[in-house]
Amino acid sequence: MTALKAAQETARDRDRAAGHSAAHAGDRGPLVGQPIPRIEDAALLTGAGRYGDDLPVKPGTLHAAILRSPHAHAELLGIDPSAALALPGVAAVVTGAEARRFASPFLVGVKAPMEHWCLAVDRVRYLGEPVAVVLAEDRYLAEDALDRVAVRYRPLAAVMSVEQAADPASELLHPTVGSNIVNTRSFTYGEPGRVLAAAEHRVALTVHYPRNSCTPMECFVVLADYDPAEDSYEVLSNFSGPFAVHPVMARALNVPGSRLRLRSPPHSGGSFGNKQAVFPYIVLMGVCARAAGRPVKWVEDRLEHLMAATSATGRRVDLEAAVAPDGKVLALSLRQTEDCGAYLRAPEPASLYRNHGNLTGAYCIPHLAVVNRIAVTNKTPSGLNRGFGGGQLYFGLERLMDRIARTLGLDPLDVIRRNLVPASAMPYTTASGGLLDSGDFPATLEEAVERGGLAALRARRDAARAEGRLYGIGYAAVVEPSISNMGYITTVLTAEERRKAGPKNGAQASATVAVDPTGGVSVSVASVPQGQGHRTVLAQVVADVLGLRFEDIRVVTDFDTAKDAWSIAAGNYSSRFAGAVAGTAHLAATKLRDRLARLAAGQLNAPAGEIRFAGGKVFAAGNPENALSFSRLAAAGHWAPGTLPDGQEAALRETVFWTPEPLKAPTDGDHINSSACYGFIFDFCGVEVDRVTGQVRIDRYVTMHDAGRILNPLLMEGQILGGFSQAVGVALYEEYAYGADGRFLSGTFADYLVPTAVEVPVPVILHRESPSPVTPLGAKGAGEGNNMSTPVCIANAVADALGVDTVSLPLTPSRVAAVIHGAEPPRPAGAAVQAPRVSALPATTPDGRGMKGEGSRAVPVPPEQVWAILLDPKELAALLPGCEALQLAGPNTYRAEVVVGIGPVRGRYTAEVALSDLDPPNALTLTGSGSSALGTGRGTGRVRLERTAEGTLVHYAYTAEVGGKVAAVGGRMLDSAARLLIGQFFDRLIGRAGGPATPAGRPRGQPGLLDRLLRLLGIRR
Amino acid sequence: MPIMNADTRHPVTITLNGRSRTGHAHPRMLLSDFLRHELGAHGTRVGCEHGVCGACTVRIDGVAQRTCLTLAVQADGRRVDTVEGLAPEGRMTALQEAFRRHHALQCGFCTAGILMSLSDYLERVPRPTEGELRDMLSGHLCRCTGYAGIVRAVMDVTGASTEVADV
Repeated sequence: MTALKAAQETARDRDRAAGHSAAHAGDRGPLVGQPIPRIEDAALLTGAGRYGDDLPVKPGTLHAAILRSPHAHAELLGIDPSAALALPGVAAVVTGAEARRFASPFLVGVKAPMEHWCLAVDRVRYLGEPVAVVLAEDRYLAEDALDRVAVRYRPLAAVMSVEQAADPASELLHPTVGSNIVNTRSFTYGEPGRVLAAAEHRVALTVHYPRNSCTPMECFVVLADYDPAEDSYEVLSNFSGPFAVHPVMARALNVPGSRLRLRSPPHSGGSFGNKQAVFPYIVLMGVCARAAGRPVKWVEDRLEHLMAATSATGRRVDLEAAVAPDGKVLALSLRQTEDCGAYLRAPEPASLYRNHGNLTGAYCIPHLAVVNRIAVTNKTPSGLNRGFGGGQLYFGLERLMDRIARTLGLDPLDVIRRNLVPASAMPYTTASGGLLDSGDFPATLEEAVERGGLAALRARRDAARAEGRLYGIGYAAVVEPSISNMGYITTVLTAEERRKAGPKNGAQASATVAVDPTGGVSVSVASVPQGQGHRTVLAQVVADVLGLRFEDIRVVTDFDTAKDAWSIAAGNYSSRFAGAVAGTAHLAATKLRDRLARLAAGQLNAPAGEIRFAGGKVFAAGNPENALSFSRLAAAGHWAPGTLPDGQEAALRETVFWTPEPLKAPTDGDHINSSACYGFIFDFCGVEVDRVTGQVRIDRYVTMHDAGRILNPLLMEGQILGGFSQAVGVALYEEYAYGADGRFLSGTFADYLVPTAVEVPVPVILHRESPSPVTPLGAKGAGEGNNMSTPVCIANAVADALGVDTVSLPLTPSRVAAVIHGAEPPRPAGAAVQAPRVSALPATTPDGRGMKGEGSRAVPVPPEQVWAILLDPKELAALLPGCEALQLAGPNTYRAEVVVGIGPVRGRYTAEVALSDLDPPNALTLTGSGSSALGTGRGTGRVRLERTAEGTLVHYAYTAEVGGKVAAVGGRMLDSAARLLIGQFFDRLIGRAGGPATPAGRPRGQPGLLDRLLRLLGIRR
Repeated sequence: MPIMNADTRHPVTITLNGRSRTGHAHPRMLLSDFLRHELGAHGTRVGCEHGVCGACTVRIDGVAQRTCLTLAVQADGRRVDTVEGLAPEGRMTALQEAFRRHHALQCGFCTAGILMSLSDYLERVPRPTEGELRDMLSGHLCRCTGYAGIVRAVMDVTGASTEVADV
């Protein structure tokens, strides 16, 4: 059966089930477990959704645009906003001075003297870091004014890798810390050293996990207002939680939590964890509203989001295993170095500790050694991202299992089988303290092998290989943690530090179920849904408990910290909805039902224990004919509280807080059960690699999940398909790439490649259901698992196809082709240099310094005349493309105002231009550097004038670096832009010299294809 | 197109989902901003503002186009159809119903643009193959669904058979 056919069968089952949506609980079994389509969809399909940017703003609201650092690392010397303030419509420019006045630095999760402010105060540490905010009457005017804020920087060396960070000679991001490794902790569980020393085989591996992000389609939105009379902030934002960050925000704004009212819009355009990272901007806009004395609205744009919102951590993992000859892993050593970016932003270093209880994955490995190091680099701070920390861990662990098999000559699947936690050991306590709560991993694996058709896939691989094709099979087995222990992050502290700070543990979920005077039932939760369908599932859960119809339940998920029941674990993260939130709603509904049962007991003359709720009626089990209507019974508490039986309270509203019992604080031995539940996933896939292009095609993908009880199979499938799609992106396309000098290279969706409908196959999805004993409904999280299992499963398959030991993510065609063919040789040097010739160095070269090029052009006048033109400021001004003003600043030194556009970005640069090494009329050096809100540029060109029969041949050679937004969004176009600008320079020079002369290789009068293309792109007019 | 003063707001009249609507826009104002913030038609979403993601797609004189790459003044005098106009009587179209049935949306942010592209495309290509459909959909980014539900929904509505090599 094809994947698609399987999917269609599922769809048909679902269509049949869809008819159940109007059913009463009890008529055809419970609603929970049925694939019911979503309540949410009616609004979203008709354009009636209300997302953050759709909501009304108060009159007088100012619109914010953020000036961001064009440097990866620099001292901030001064900001002059005067020219910006002079523009029409600009109300204020907010800088680090206002941040210091009205705010405090954010709390940091480790004991290290690092300061992170909502606006840079004396130094910028990543490209895109907020430096100033322009507040204007509309967004267009605010963005205009960014160009006019003058900022002086002193650039510093950038630290762009964990290896660099670990080098004591690297430039310090936070000099007060004294190192770019800001925290190191070692853990020993069992006797890993002894077992490794005695092992028959030791298998070691080092992997790097790249920085990437799930990039929700909606960017960040903040509406902020400050009330001076109450000294309180009111904010509406698409922040997704965790609300453990709410105290961090309140502290940064110097107010208690009760004076930071935070509300969420009714709809969210996705988060996948990323909307956690809006929180520094909530503080920033609070400061702006307070400084300006008016409400403020900020909507992040996509360039800002990709450049500076958030990222999964990059991670280097050095693994070593002690292995028995049969492939059994006896001990594991993990040395993890986490790239958290420029600041340890809350809740980091959570990425590194979220999986601490399940560091040994789905395996029985009794001896474990761990060294965790946290590095700061000149990159965007990391944060929540679907699969949080799991993709990083399992990329190492499952590559290691594959490597063990290859090293020992075993079948990789047999190595997995030999190490899985056996069913007889469940619930299983891992070496580091995780409690794997339920499941039969070996049986689940065998079922996947059978139902997923592994034997057929192996035959397919053999057939492909017999034809000489590159075909491979990969496997991955992982446990998927859900419902994070709020105490796991404190594992980064020593036991001594934890004792001082006080215990942290648990994962409070809350839910409120209420009946109104008409007998209508409403449910509210602090889950801040991001598109999954929480309202639908909660209606299923509560309707079942109260014996009502699905559509009788109204679920409200707009969240308000001032009015709703919540605690720090509230929010949408760590796959906590199905297990914790839906379970808590079940408990609240049950509590309300039990109270109603006691009221009904008197009226029906039956014991409360025999009262039943079904079909909208309330009746005694033994006498269903004598029934009360639910709405009448429920509404009585509003209309006639005086008639309640003695000692009974009205059943109007129940709020329940629930925390999973097994979530304790870390022990003194650093054992931590980091999550309440652990699902199990086993994946395998077949991929084919194009031998010529290196393109990876996923031929078949099978993913088996045991996530406990499934509440709504339709939505569960949607979560798996979505996570899988993002994981395909991680495996094959996505990376937040930087140049070695800190330039950001992935600033648009044309550079940061998200999979489209053409690239994502439909996987075969299989399920088992082993209910969790921990959660009220037996459900576990399911939405993150493929972000953990799929990238490494695909990587293992590619390694198998290529027969290589090392593969790195993302497996782009060029990277895979380099494995097949070796690195591409450098472009051969051309003999003739008549036409301008530019070659861009790849960003990953050791110097990482942008572009260099050389060329020559014929000018039809003698060298003396060319020399005179170049040395005349007026002539030079006319030659420089986009030069609007040129003033003499010193001998042969000029200050120029230049407007240059690269692709979609057009910027005004203030440039310093200098002529040096003058050798009239033979040679000179032209040096320029410029900066603007859009980025920086500097370059040096050596110009040599050669006398010829026709006049002069002007030779030039230059190097140039470009940084900031221009590099991020226009990187692909820099080559052609440089060529174009140089071409313009010479066209003008030739014109000045009395041309016309045409550069070689292009017929006169006819614009070249490149020129026409560039005109279309807006680079050339 | 007439020469316009960059500093002046110009009246722009469009036929929005069958009704004449007038607002004012500076010449540089994007059609996406004009629809959303000047006319209050929020159903059209903005996902990237550089023409890649497709969330802001509407039909202009029947043709699916990106409103983030279109100026409001360019739409003056033209017919603009948005997601709000797909189900004017409050009854969803067969395609919208199929999206719901097949869970073809989660957060819904990309959905309006996809529906508008499809409404144009399916008029021209009533029974696309799965390959053709996926090719067309590749002009839209969806981060939630993995596109599977979207493809199923369209195939369900068109009744076309799917062609996938047996694995």
